[in-house]
Parts: sequence; C-alpha cells; structure tokens
Amino acid sequence: MEAAAGAACRAVVGRDLLIAARRRSDVLTTFFFFVIVVSLFPLGVGPQPDMLREIAPGVVWVAALLAAMLSLARMFGADYADGTLEQLVLTPQPLTLLVLAKVLAHWLTTGLPLVLVAPLMGLQFDLPGDALRTLLVSLLIGTPALSLIGAVGAALTLGVRGGGALTAVLVLPLYVPVLVFGAGAVTASATGMGVAGHLSLLGAMTLAALVFAPWATAMALRISLE
Amino acid sequence: MLEVLQIECVRGNRRLFHNLSFQLDANQALRVGGENGSGKTSLLRMVAGLSPVESGEILWKDGRIATSGEDFRRDLVFLGHANGLKDDLTPIENLRHALALAGVKPGNAALRYALAEQGLAGVADLPVKLLSQGQKRRVALARLGFSAGKPLWVLDEPFAALDTASVRRTEAAVLTHLRGGGMVLFTTHQEVELAGAQVQALELGAQ
Repeated sequence: MEAAAGAACRAVVGRDLLIAARRRSDVLTTFFFFVIVVSLFPLGVGPQPDMLREIAPGVVWVAALLAAMLSLARMFGADYADGTLEQLVLTPQPLTLLVLAKVLAHWLTTGLPLVLVAPLMGLQFDLPGDALRTLLVSLLIGTPALSLIGAVGAALTLGVRGGGALTAVLVLPLYVPVLVFGAGAVTASATGMGVAGHLSLLGAMTLAALVFAPWATAMALRISLE
Repeated sequence: MLEVLQIECVRGNRRLFHNLSFQLDANQALRVGGENGSGKTSLLRMVAGLSPVESGEILWKDGRIATSGEDFRRDLVFLGHANGLKDDLTPIENLRHALALAGVKPGNAALRYALAEQGLAGVADLPVKLLSQGQKRRVALARLGFSAGKPLWVLDEPFAALDTASVRRTEAAVLTHLRGGGMVLFTTHQEVELAGAQVQALELGAQ
C-alpha cells in the first residue's frame, strides 16, 4: 500500500522532470527572469557599493518571489487542460501525497536553480562571503515554501480567466513572511548579527507549509475539477 | 455492484436530470445516450466521483463512493473527454506513466505490444503532439489492455474520432472485459456492436 503510494509519487516526479527536460524553455525562462531582474538593480542604482549591499537581500528575495510566481501557472495548468489532472485525482493514492510530488518537481525545476545561482547574483551587490552563504541557505530553506504556498494559489485559480494576475494577488501576500525572514537573515548576516533566529523561523514556515499546503491544494484541485 | 440511486444533476440553473436510478452488475454494460448537453458527461463524472451529486447516492459494493474514496478508485478506470496525454512525451512514456499512477508496472515489451495492438507501432516513439486526434485516442485506449483487474470502466465517448478498425478493436476490448466479469458504463453517438453482452440503454433528456 505504502509502496504503491511511493511508486505513484515517483512516477509523478519522474514525468514532470521528463517534461521539463523536453521543454527546457519553460525552465530557462524562470531562471533567466530571476537573473535579469536581479542584474538590473546594480545597473540602475549605479556604482554605490554601500547602497547595493543594503538592498541586495531584498532585491534577490523579491526577484525569487516573482520568479516563483511566474512559474506557478505551469504547475497544474497543462495537466488541467490535457486531462492528466483528472487521472491524477482518480488515482487510488492519497491526492495530498501526489500534490507533494508535483510540488517537489516544481521546486526542483524552478526553485533549486535559483538557489544555486543566487550567490553569483549576490556578488554583483558586493555582498561579503558570510552573507552570500546565508543567502544560499535562506533560499534553500525558503524556496520550498514558495512552491508549496504557490501550489494552493495555482490550484484555486485553475480554469479561471486571467488566472495569472489573480494568483499573484492571492499568493504574494502569503509570501510576505517568507520574504521578511529570508531577506532578514541575509541582512543580519551582512551586518554581523546572528542568523539562527531568522533561519529557524523560515524553516518553521516551510514546515508549516509542508503540512497544510498539500492538503489545501488537494482540496482546491478537487473543487476546480467539479 | 454499482448502484445509482435517484441522483440529480444541476448545471447553472438548469436541471439536466433528476430521479435517475440504475444498477450495473458484473458482466453488464450500460450505454448512456442522449443529445448534446443532456448530461451524459456530467453523469459519468459523477459516477467516477469527480463531481458531487446534487442529491441521491452512488454506491459501489454497497459503500458510498464519496466515502470509500481510494478503495473505489482502485476498481475504476475512467476515460474522459480529454485523453490525459502529455504532448511532449511519446505514447510509450505516456502509457508507462499513466499505468504507474494506477499501480501497474508493465515492461517495455508489453507497452510496445499494447500500442502495436492499437496500430501505433510506427509512432510509439514520436511526441504525442505529432499524432492525429484518432491516434491520441488510441493511445489513451491502450490503457484498457492493462485494466482487466479493474472491474468498473467508465468511458466517455470511447469511439469518438476512431476509424472503423479501431472501433472494432475497442468493442472487442469492452466485450472481453464484460465476459471477464467487468462492468462498463459508456456514452456514444455511434452504432456499436456488443453482440452477446448484456447492454442496458439509458436515454438522457427523455424523461
């Protein structure tokens, strides 16, 4: 029984990764969106290292939020249109687990690349080494929460005309705590203060999202298919 | 086995059907007819548990499908209007993943054989987006070849877009399933021959 659920989850992750590999443009769009948005700031602000160091955490995190936002429509949109979502809901496995697998695949293709490139982005802002490390860690802890919370918004707006803008209005406010503590950790690190508090809270938010978001997403998916 | 008791379907402010009851036992098929918009797809989606019923009950093995959830879905194959195929994947990959979700893990040879049975041997490794409408339908139907263990088949327009030979093949698959103790609930506008099987007919919009 549990083995079957595990196999189904692996199948979901495997399929989504395979599709991402076939449609690299989708993944690369999100990635380059993040890179370009972050890179625009040093160009716009000009060579003022102090100012850049100060705004860096906020800029990188906001860009990560927007990039995650941009990719949400893809999470269930295509599945909804081609009928695979119906089949997913009718699978004899708990939908919550399958949703978790979808979210994992989404994070691997959109969140993880951002995390890995972020230190490089931080260099443009003259962030010190410690802060770069904290940036990496905070994004690593925080971006799964972005995918998890985003999944709820994406599921709620399935099949709604102009769903993209609506998803943004629904989801961005929910991202605020993640943004505050994620960027806060980097700022704290850059100013030489402890980061454990920020990161713990960030981790707590991701864990809370891990518990509630798949369940809420599963409910929303069922409703959207009615 | 499958009992539908006095269900009602409302779409918008239109009542499509009400007081609809039927029963489907092993070896039986039910063909749902009716003009476009009479609620055939809605009925099938209700039976599959995708849509809630307005009133009334749907029972599977004496339990309400809404509460038996996963146990019911283990016994069910649903083929909807949409084929449930990923455009970027090949028929082989699509079939493998669809079956993996259902808990079936056939080998590559079995998958190829099932697709060849559907006359798709030549396109088994092309992305589905290059296939014609009828070929896509046949990829979706290839799932049925692995679904003998699931007693209840709910098929929405399984014969749509198919050529004559494929219609015959699908009829044969349905017949085999019925002979093996299965149940099939399907909609169609076409004339189909299910000789020797107990096929009830239900005409929606006629009440």
